[in-house]
Amino acid sequence: MRLPLLALLVGGPAHGYELKQALENLLGAAYPQPNVGQIYVTLNRLEKAALIEGEDVEQSDRPNKRIYRITDAGRETVDAWFEETTAEPRVRDEFFMKLALAPHTGTADQITLINKQRRQYLNTMRDLSKLAASEDRDNRVAQLLIEGAMLHLQADLDWLERCQEELE
Amino acid sequence: MNRDEPSGPILRAAGLVKTHRPEGAAPVHAVRGVDLTVARGEFVAVTGPSGAGKSTLLHLLGGLDRPDSGALWVDGRQVDTYSEARWAELRRHHIGIVFQFFNLVSNLSVADNVELPALLAGRSPRQARTDRTELLDELGLTGKENCTPGELSGGEQQRVALARALVNSPSLLLADEPAGSLDSKGTREVLRLLARFHRRGQTILLVTHDARIASAADRVISFFDGRVRDDAHLGSAPDRPAAGVSDVLKLKG
Repeated sequence: MRLPLLALLVGGPAHGYELKQALENLLGAAYPQPNVGQIYVTLNRLEKAALIEGEDVEQSDRPNKRIYRITDAGRETVDAWFEETTAEPRVRDEFFMKLALAPHTGTADQITLINKQRRQYLNTMRDLSKLAASEDRDNRVAQLLIEGAMLHLQADLDWLERCQEELE
Repeated sequence: MNRDEPSGPILRAAGLVKTHRPEGAAPVHAVRGVDLTVARGEFVAVTGPSGAGKSTLLHLLGGLDRPDSGALWVDGRQVDTYSEARWAELRRHHIGIVFQFFNLVSNLSVADNVELPALLAGRSPRQARTDRTELLDELGLTGKENCTPGELSGGEQQRVALARALVNSPSLLLADEPAGSLDSKGTREVLRLLARFHRRGQTILLVTHDARIASAADRVISFFDGRVRDDAHLGSAPDRPAAGVSDVLKLKG
Protein backbone atom coordinates (compact mmCIF):
# COMPACT_ATOMS: atom_id res chain seq x y z
CA MET A 1 0.00 0.00 0.00
CA ARG A 2 2.91 2.38 0.77
CA LEU A 3 4.32 2.64 -2.73
CA PRO A 4 1.02 2.89 -4.66
CA LEU A 5 -0.04 5.77 -2.37
CA LEU A 6 3.29 7.50 -2.86
CA ALA A 7 3.02 7.03 -6.63
CA LEU A 8 -0.45 8.59 -6.62
CA LEU A 9 0.89 11.61 -4.74
CA VAL A 10 3.50 12.23 -7.46
CA GLY A 11 0.55 13.43 -9.54
CA GLY A 12 -0.32 16.15 -7.01
CA PRO A 13 -1.37 16.72 -3.39
CA ALA A 14 -4.42 14.88 -2.09
CA HIS A 15 -6.14 13.91 1.14
CA GLY A 16 -6.73 10.35 2.35
CA TYR A 17 -10.22 9.85 1.01
CA GLU A 18 -9.27 11.19 -2.43
CA LEU A 19 -6.44 8.67 -2.54
CA LYS A 20 -8.81 5.84 -1.69
CA GLN A 21 -11.15 6.90 -4.49
CA ALA A 22 -8.31 7.28 -6.97
CA LEU A 23 -7.19 3.71 -6.24
CA GLU A 24 -10.71 2.38 -6.67
CA ASN A 25 -11.23 4.18 -9.95
CA LEU A 26 -7.90 3.00 -11.25
CA LEU A 27 -8.10 -0.68 -10.35
CA GLY A 28 -11.82 -1.43 -10.40
CA ALA A 29 -13.73 -3.85 -8.23
CA ALA A 30 -11.38 -6.78 -8.85
CA TYR A 31 -8.58 -5.48 -6.70
CA PRO A 32 -9.07 -5.98 -2.95
CA GLN A 33 -9.49 -2.39 -1.80
CA PRO A 34 -7.86 -1.13 1.39
CA ASN A 35 -10.24 0.48 3.86
CA VAL A 36 -9.88 4.13 4.62
CA GLY A 37 -8.38 3.32 8.03
CA GLN A 38 -5.48 1.42 6.47
CA ILE A 39 -4.88 4.36 4.17
CA TYR A 40 -4.65 6.84 7.05
CA VAL A 41 -2.29 4.58 8.99
CA THR A 42 -0.05 4.24 5.94
CA LEU A 43 -0.08 7.99 5.29
CA ASN A 44 0.91 8.55 8.90
CA ARG A 45 3.90 6.26 8.53
CA LEU A 46 4.94 7.82 5.25
CA GLU A 47 4.85 11.22 6.92
CA LYS A 48 6.99 10.03 9.84
CA ALA A 49 9.50 8.70 7.30
CA ALA A 50 9.52 12.17 5.68
CA LEU A 51 8.45 10.74 2.32
CA ILE A 52 5.35 12.97 2.37
CA GLU A 53 4.34 16.04 4.34
CA GLY A 54 0.87 16.84 5.58
CA GLU A 55 -0.90 20.12 6.14
CA ASP A 56 -4.22 20.62 7.89
CA VAL A 57 -6.77 22.57 5.91
CA GLU A 58 -9.70 24.11 7.73
CA GLN A 59 -13.19 23.35 6.53
CA SER A 60 -16.10 25.45 7.68
CA ASP A 61 -18.76 22.73 7.92
CA ARG A 62 -16.63 19.68 8.66
CA PRO A 63 -13.54 18.65 10.66
CA ASN A 64 -10.19 19.74 9.24
CA LYS A 65 -8.73 17.57 6.51
CA ARG A 66 -5.09 16.83 6.06
CA ILE A 67 -3.65 17.33 2.58
CA TYR A 68 -0.50 15.41 1.76
CA ARG A 69 2.19 16.27 -0.74
CA ILE A 70 5.21 14.19 -1.73
CA THR A 71 8.74 15.23 -0.66
CA ASP A 72 11.96 14.89 -2.68
CA ALA A 73 12.83 11.77 -0.67
CA GLY A 74 9.37 10.39 -1.56
CA ARG A 75 9.95 10.99 -5.25
CA GLU A 76 13.27 9.18 -5.06
CA THR A 77 11.56 6.24 -3.39
CA VAL A 78 8.95 6.06 -6.17
CA ASP A 79 11.66 6.32 -8.85
CA ALA A 80 13.56 3.47 -7.19
CA TRP A 81 10.38 1.40 -7.08
CA PHE A 82 9.86 1.75 -10.84
CA GLU A 83 13.55 1.13 -11.42
CA GLU A 84 13.68 -2.32 -9.82
CA THR A 85 12.08 -5.35 -11.48
CA THR A 86 9.38 -7.20 -9.62
CA ALA A 87 9.70 -10.74 -8.27
CA GLU A 88 7.61 -13.47 -9.92
CA PRO A 89 4.35 -14.08 -8.08
CA ARG A 90 4.86 -17.81 -7.54
CA VAL A 91 7.96 -19.59 -6.42
CA ARG A 92 6.39 -21.79 -3.80
CA ASP A 93 3.00 -23.35 -3.81
CA GLU A 94 1.19 -24.88 -0.88
CA PHE A 95 -0.77 -27.19 -3.14
CA PHE A 96 2.45 -28.57 -4.54
CA MET A 97 3.61 -29.44 -1.02
CA LYS A 98 0.37 -31.34 -0.40
CA LEU A 99 0.77 -33.20 -3.68
CA ALA A 100 4.39 -34.05 -2.94
CA LEU A 101 3.66 -35.20 0.61
CA ALA A 102 0.44 -37.11 -0.04
CA PRO A 103 2.15 -40.47 -0.74
CA HIS A 104 4.13 -40.14 2.51
CA THR A 105 1.06 -39.79 4.69
CA GLY A 106 -0.91 -42.45 2.86
CA THR A 107 -4.09 -40.58 3.80
CA ALA A 108 -4.63 -38.43 0.70
CA ASP A 109 -4.90 -39.56 -2.92
CA GLN A 110 -2.96 -37.43 -5.39
CA ILE A 111 -5.55 -37.58 -8.17
CA THR A 112 -8.31 -36.64 -5.72
CA LEU A 113 -6.20 -33.68 -4.63
CA ILE A 114 -5.70 -32.61 -8.25
CA ASN A 115 -9.41 -32.91 -9.04
CA LYS A 116 -10.37 -30.87 -5.98
CA GLN A 117 -7.85 -28.20 -6.82
CA ARG A 118 -9.03 -28.08 -10.43
CA ARG A 119 -12.61 -27.46 -9.28
CA GLN A 120 -11.36 -24.64 -7.10
CA TYR A 121 -9.44 -23.01 -9.98
CA LEU A 122 -12.36 -23.40 -12.39
CA ASN A 123 -14.70 -21.77 -9.91
CA THR A 124 -12.27 -18.91 -9.42
CA MET A 125 -12.01 -18.58 -13.19
CA ARG A 126 -15.78 -18.37 -13.34
CA ASP A 127 -15.81 -15.63 -10.69
CA LEU A 128 -13.19 -13.70 -12.63
CA SER A 129 -15.23 -13.96 -15.85
CA LYS A 130 -18.24 -12.55 -14.03
CA LEU A 131 -16.09 -9.79 -12.59
CA ALA A 132 -14.72 -8.96 -16.05
CA ALA A 133 -18.27 -8.78 -17.42
CA SER A 134 -19.49 -6.50 -14.62
CA GLU A 135 -16.42 -4.24 -14.64
CA ASP A 136 -16.50 -1.11 -16.81
CA ARG A 137 -15.27 -2.20 -20.26
CA ASP A 138 -13.43 1.06 -20.76
CA ASN A 139 -11.43 0.68 -17.56
CA ARG A 140 -8.50 -0.93 -19.30
CA VAL A 141 -6.33 -1.17 -16.19
CA ALA A 142 -9.04 -3.07 -14.30
CA GLN A 143 -9.72 -5.35 -17.29
CA LEU A 144 -6.01 -6.10 -17.69
CA LEU A 145 -5.72 -6.93 -13.99
CA ILE A 146 -8.49 -9.51 -14.35
CA GLU A 147 -7.03 -10.86 -17.58
CA GLY A 148 -3.66 -11.29 -15.88
CA ALA A 149 -5.28 -13.25 -13.07
CA MET A 150 -7.05 -15.46 -15.62
CA LEU A 151 -3.83 -16.19 -17.49
CA HIS A 152 -2.13 -17.17 -14.22
CA LEU A 153 -5.02 -19.50 -13.48
CA GLN A 154 -4.85 -21.00 -16.96
CA ALA A 155 -1.18 -21.75 -16.33
CA ASP A 156 -2.04 -23.36 -12.98
CA LEU A 157 -4.67 -25.50 -14.68
CA ASP A 158 -2.24 -26.55 -17.42
CA TRP A 159 0.23 -27.52 -14.73
CA LEU A 160 -2.41 -29.58 -12.88
CA GLU A 161 -2.99 -31.41 -16.15
CA ARG A 162 0.73 -32.16 -16.38
CA CYS A 163 0.70 -33.44 -12.80
CA GLN A 164 -2.22 -35.71 -13.59
CA GLU A 165 -0.57 -37.05 -16.74
CA GLU A 166 2.64 -37.81 -14.86
CA LEU A 167 1.13 -39.25 -11.70
CA GLU A 168 -1.61 -41.43 -13.14
CA MET B 1 -38.89 -41.54 -35.47
CA ASN B 2 -38.91 -43.93 -32.62
CA ARG B 3 -38.46 -42.17 -29.28
CA ASP B 4 -37.41 -44.46 -26.47
CA GLU B 5 -37.14 -41.83 -23.73
CA PRO B 6 -39.20 -38.84 -24.84
CA SER B 7 -38.80 -36.78 -21.68
CA GLY B 8 -35.33 -38.01 -20.72
CA PRO B 9 -31.96 -36.34 -21.15
CA ILE B 10 -30.88 -34.71 -24.43
CA LEU B 11 -27.90 -36.98 -24.61
CA ARG B 12 -27.00 -40.29 -23.08
CA ALA B 13 -23.95 -42.39 -23.83
CA ALA B 14 -23.22 -45.79 -22.33
CA GLY B 15 -19.90 -47.57 -22.64
CA LEU B 16 -18.68 -45.68 -25.71
CA VAL B 17 -15.40 -47.06 -27.05
CA LYS B 18 -13.40 -45.89 -30.05
CA THR B 19 -9.96 -47.03 -31.10
CA HIS B 20 -8.25 -45.41 -34.08
CA ARG B 21 -6.16 -47.89 -36.06
CA PRO B 22 -3.81 -45.91 -38.26
CA GLU B 23 -2.09 -48.00 -40.90
CA GLY B 24 1.41 -49.00 -39.93
CA ALA B 25 1.16 -47.42 -36.48
CA ALA B 26 0.08 -48.53 -33.04
CA PRO B 27 -3.66 -48.32 -32.33
CA VAL B 28 -4.82 -45.23 -30.44
CA HIS B 29 -7.37 -45.87 -27.70
CA ALA B 30 -9.08 -42.49 -28.03
CA VAL B 31 -12.24 -43.23 -26.05
CA ARG B 32 -12.17 -46.06 -23.53
CA GLY B 33 -15.62 -46.61 -22.14
CA VAL B 34 -17.48 -43.35 -21.60
CA ASP B 35 -20.80 -43.06 -19.78
CA LEU B 36 -22.29 -39.60 -20.03
CA THR B 37 -25.67 -37.96 -19.57
CA VAL B 38 -26.46 -34.40 -20.54
CA ALA B 39 -29.73 -32.97 -19.27
CA ARG B 40 -31.89 -30.50 -21.14
CA GLY B 41 -30.57 -26.95 -20.83
CA GLU B 42 -27.16 -27.96 -19.47
CA PHE B 43 -23.93 -26.28 -20.58
CA VAL B 44 -21.17 -28.87 -20.35
CA ALA B 45 -17.48 -28.40 -21.11
CA VAL B 46 -15.14 -31.32 -21.68
CA THR B 47 -11.51 -30.39 -20.96
CA GLY B 48 -8.27 -32.29 -21.06
CA PRO B 49 -4.83 -32.27 -22.66
CA SER B 50 -4.47 -32.56 -26.42
CA GLY B 51 -4.58 -36.19 -27.42
CA ALA B 52 -6.88 -37.09 -24.52
CA GLY B 53 -9.64 -38.06 -26.96
CA LYS B 54 -11.93 -35.06 -26.43
CA SER B 55 -12.50 -34.41 -30.12
CA THR B 56 -13.09 -38.07 -30.85
CA LEU B 57 -15.71 -38.11 -28.10
CA LEU B 58 -17.44 -35.08 -29.62
CA HIS B 59 -17.35 -36.69 -33.05
CA LEU B 60 -18.97 -39.82 -31.65
CA LEU B 61 -21.69 -37.75 -29.96
CA GLY B 62 -22.43 -35.92 -33.22
CA GLY B 63 -22.35 -39.04 -35.39
CA LEU B 64 -19.33 -37.80 -37.35
CA ASP B 65 -17.52 -40.92 -36.24
CA ARG B 66 -18.87 -44.33 -35.15
CA PRO B 67 -18.07 -46.07 -31.86
CA ASP B 68 -16.57 -49.55 -31.86
CA SER B 69 -19.02 -50.37 -29.10
CA GLY B 70 -21.43 -48.68 -26.76
CA ALA B 71 -24.87 -47.13 -27.05
CA LEU B 72 -25.99 -43.57 -27.69
CA TRP B 73 -29.32 -41.78 -27.32
CA VAL B 74 -30.05 -38.30 -28.67
CA ASP B 75 -33.20 -36.65 -27.39
CA GLY B 76 -34.70 -40.03 -26.62
CA ARG B 77 -33.76 -41.79 -29.88
CA GLN B 78 -31.28 -44.61 -29.83
CA VAL B 79 -28.95 -43.55 -32.62
CA ASP B 80 -25.88 -45.77 -32.46
CA THR B 81 -27.36 -48.04 -35.11
CA TYR B 82 -28.24 -45.17 -37.46
CA SER B 83 -27.02 -45.17 -41.05
CA GLU B 84 -25.00 -42.26 -42.44
CA ALA B 85 -28.14 -40.84 -44.07
CA ARG B 86 -30.21 -41.02 -40.90
CA TRP B 87 -27.43 -39.33 -38.95
CA ALA B 88 -27.31 -36.52 -41.52
CA GLU B 89 -31.06 -36.10 -41.14
CA LEU B 90 -30.77 -36.14 -37.34
CA ARG B 91 -28.04 -33.51 -37.35
CA ARG B 92 -29.98 -31.30 -39.72
CA HIS B 93 -32.90 -31.05 -37.31
CA HIS B 94 -31.51 -31.72 -33.86
CA ILE B 95 -27.75 -31.20 -33.59
CA GLY B 96 -25.79 -28.06 -34.46
CA ILE B 97 -22.00 -28.36 -34.66
CA VAL B 98 -19.33 -25.66 -34.50
CA PHE B 99 -15.73 -26.50 -35.38
CA GLN B 100 -12.39 -24.92 -34.50
CA PHE B 101 -11.70 -23.89 -38.09
CA PHE B 102 -15.27 -22.80 -38.83
CA ASN B 103 -15.72 -25.15 -41.84
CA LEU B 104 -17.82 -22.62 -43.75
CA VAL B 105 -18.41 -23.14 -47.47
CA SER B 106 -15.79 -20.75 -48.82
CA ASN B 107 -17.44 -19.89 -52.13
CA LEU B 108 -20.88 -19.21 -50.66
CA SER B 109 -21.88 -15.89 -49.14
CA VAL B 110 -22.43 -15.54 -45.41
CA ALA B 111 -26.19 -15.44 -46.04
CA ASP B 112 -26.12 -18.64 -48.12
CA ASN B 113 -23.95 -20.45 -45.56
CA VAL B 114 -26.60 -19.81 -42.92
CA GLU B 115 -29.67 -20.36 -45.11
CA LEU B 116 -28.47 -23.60 -46.67
CA PRO B 117 -29.11 -25.87 -43.65
CA ALA B 118 -32.52 -24.24 -43.16
CA LEU B 119 -33.46 -24.99 -46.77
CA LEU B 120 -32.10 -28.54 -46.49
CA ALA B 121 -34.29 -29.03 -43.42
CA GLY B 122 -37.35 -28.15 -45.51
CA ARG B 123 -37.84 -24.51 -44.55
CA SER B 124 -39.33 -22.24 -47.24
CA PRO B 125 -36.87 -19.80 -48.85
CA ARG B 126 -38.78 -16.90 -47.32
CA GLN B 127 -38.66 -18.46 -43.84
CA ALA B 128 -34.99 -19.34 -44.24
CA ARG B 129 -34.23 -15.73 -45.14
CA THR B 130 -36.19 -14.41 -42.16
CA ASP B 131 -34.43 -16.79 -39.76
CA ARG B 132 -31.03 -15.98 -41.24
CA THR B 133 -31.61 -12.22 -40.97
CA GLU B 134 -32.70 -12.53 -37.38
CA LEU B 135 -29.73 -14.67 -36.35
CA LEU B 136 -27.11 -12.59 -38.15
CA ASP B 137 -28.55 -9.51 -36.52
CA GLU B 138 -28.41 -11.20 -33.13
CA LEU B 139 -24.78 -12.17 -33.74
CA GLY B 140 -23.77 -8.67 -34.82
CA LEU B 141 -23.21 -9.62 -38.47
CA THR B 142 -25.74 -7.38 -40.16
CA GLY B 143 -24.12 -5.89 -43.25
CA LYS B 144 -21.87 -8.92 -43.79
CA GLU B 145 -24.53 -11.01 -45.60
CA ASN B 146 -22.93 -10.73 -49.01
CA CYS B 147 -19.33 -11.26 -47.89
CA THR B 148 -17.63 -14.58 -48.46
CA PRO B 149 -16.06 -16.21 -45.38
CA GLY B 150 -12.56 -15.30 -46.60
CA GLU B 151 -13.41 -11.62 -46.29
CA LEU B 152 -14.23 -11.92 -42.57
CA SER B 153 -12.06 -12.05 -39.45
CA GLY B 154 -11.78 -15.34 -37.56
CA GLY B 155 -14.16 -14.12 -34.88
CA GLU B 156 -16.73 -13.13 -37.50
CA GLN B 157 -16.40 -16.46 -39.31
CA GLN B 158 -17.00 -18.31 -36.06
CA ARG B 159 -20.13 -16.24 -35.46
CA VAL B 160 -21.36 -17.19 -38.93
CA ALA B 161 -20.63 -20.82 -38.08
CA LEU B 162 -22.62 -20.36 -34.86
CA ALA B 163 -25.54 -18.91 -36.85
CA ARG B 164 -25.39 -21.86 -39.24
CA ALA B 165 -25.37 -24.33 -36.34
CA LEU B 166 -28.32 -22.65 -34.64
CA VAL B 167 -30.54 -21.82 -37.62
CA ASN B 168 -32.61 -24.98 -37.25
CA SER B 169 -33.00 -24.52 -33.47
CA PRO B 170 -31.20 -27.76 -32.62
CA SER B 171 -31.90 -29.40 -29.28
CA LEU B 172 -28.13 -29.89 -28.85
CA LEU B 173 -25.24 -27.61 -29.81
CA LEU B 174 -21.84 -29.33 -30.04
CA ALA B 175 -18.67 -27.25 -30.32
CA ASP B 176 -15.12 -28.49 -30.87
CA GLU B 177 -12.57 -25.92 -29.57
CA PRO B 178 -14.84 -23.08 -30.72
CA ALA B 179 -12.28 -20.43 -29.78
CA GLY B 180 -9.21 -22.51 -30.63
CA SER B 181 -8.19 -20.30 -33.54
CA LEU B 182 -9.44 -16.95 -32.25
CA ASP B 183 -7.65 -14.06 -30.56
CA SER B 184 -8.71 -13.01 -27.07
CA LYS B 185 -11.30 -10.54 -28.38
CA GLY B 186 -12.86 -13.19 -30.63
CA THR B 187 -12.78 -15.65 -27.73
CA ARG B 188 -14.64 -13.25 -25.43
CA GLU B 189 -17.22 -12.62 -28.14
CA VAL B 190 -17.90 -16.33 -28.74
CA LEU B 191 -18.08 -16.91 -24.98
CA ARG B 192 -20.58 -14.11 -24.53
CA LEU B 193 -22.77 -15.52 -27.30
CA LEU B 194 -22.64 -19.11 -26.03
CA ALA B 195 -23.60 -17.86 -22.56
CA ARG B 196 -26.48 -15.87 -24.03
CA PHE B 197 -27.92 -18.83 -25.98
CA HIS B 198 -27.44 -21.02 -22.93
CA ARG B 199 -29.45 -18.59 -20.78
CA ARG B 200 -32.29 -18.97 -23.27
CA GLY B 201 -32.27 -22.71 -22.74
CA GLN B 202 -29.88 -23.97 -25.43
CA THR B 203 -28.19 -27.23 -24.41
CA ILE B 204 -24.46 -26.98 -25.17
CA LEU B 205 -21.62 -29.48 -25.03
CA LEU B 206 -18.21 -28.22 -26.01
CA VAL B 207 -14.69 -29.54 -25.84
CA THR B 208 -11.95 -27.06 -25.08
CA HIS B 209 -8.49 -26.72 -23.72
CA ASP B 210 -9.20 -23.12 -22.67
CA ALA B 211 -10.19 -22.83 -19.01
CA ARG B 212 -11.87 -19.47 -19.65
CA ILE B 213 -14.24 -21.20 -22.04
CA ALA B 214 -14.68 -24.19 -19.74
CA SER B 215 -15.52 -22.00 -16.75
CA ALA B 216 -18.44 -20.47 -18.65
CA ALA B 217 -20.10 -23.90 -18.49
CA ASP B 218 -22.18 -25.15 -15.54
CA ARG B 219 -20.42 -28.46 -15.56
CA VAL B 220 -16.86 -29.37 -16.43
CA ILE B 221 -15.79 -32.88 -17.32
CA SER B 222 -12.07 -33.62 -17.12
CA PHE B 223 -11.08 -36.08 -19.78
CA PHE B 224 -7.79 -37.93 -19.64
CA ASP B 225 -6.55 -40.76 -21.74
CA GLY B 226 -9.98 -41.57 -23.14
CA ARG B 227 -11.79 -41.59 -19.81
CA VAL B 228 -13.87 -39.24 -17.68
CA ARG B 229 -11.70 -38.46 -14.65
CA ASP B 230 -13.79 -35.79 -12.98
CA ASP B 231 -17.28 -34.42 -13.46
CA ALA B 232 -17.83 -31.18 -11.57
CA HIS B 233 -20.73 -28.76 -11.31
CA LEU B 234 -19.36 -25.25 -11.01
CA GLY B 235 -20.60 -22.47 -8.81
CA SER B 236 -22.09 -24.71 -6.17
CA ALA B 237 -19.21 -26.30 -4.32
CA PRO B 238 -20.05 -25.92 -0.62
CA ASP B 239 -16.50 -26.35 0.70
CA ARG B 240 -15.10 -23.63 -1.44
CA PRO B 241 -13.02 -20.89 0.16
CA ALA B 242 -14.64 -17.55 -0.63
CA ALA B 243 -11.34 -15.72 -0.89
CA GLY B 244 -10.43 -17.24 -4.26
CA VAL B 245 -10.61 -14.13 -6.39
CA SER B 246 -8.78 -11.76 -4.11
CA ASP B 247 -6.02 -14.29 -3.52
CA VAL B 248 -5.37 -14.59 -7.21
CA LEU B 249 -5.50 -10.85 -7.62
CA LYS B 250 -3.28 -10.07 -4.68
CA LEU B 251 -0.31 -8.15 -5.96
CA LYS B 252 2.79 -7.10 -4.17
CA GLY B 253 2.68 -3.48 -3.10
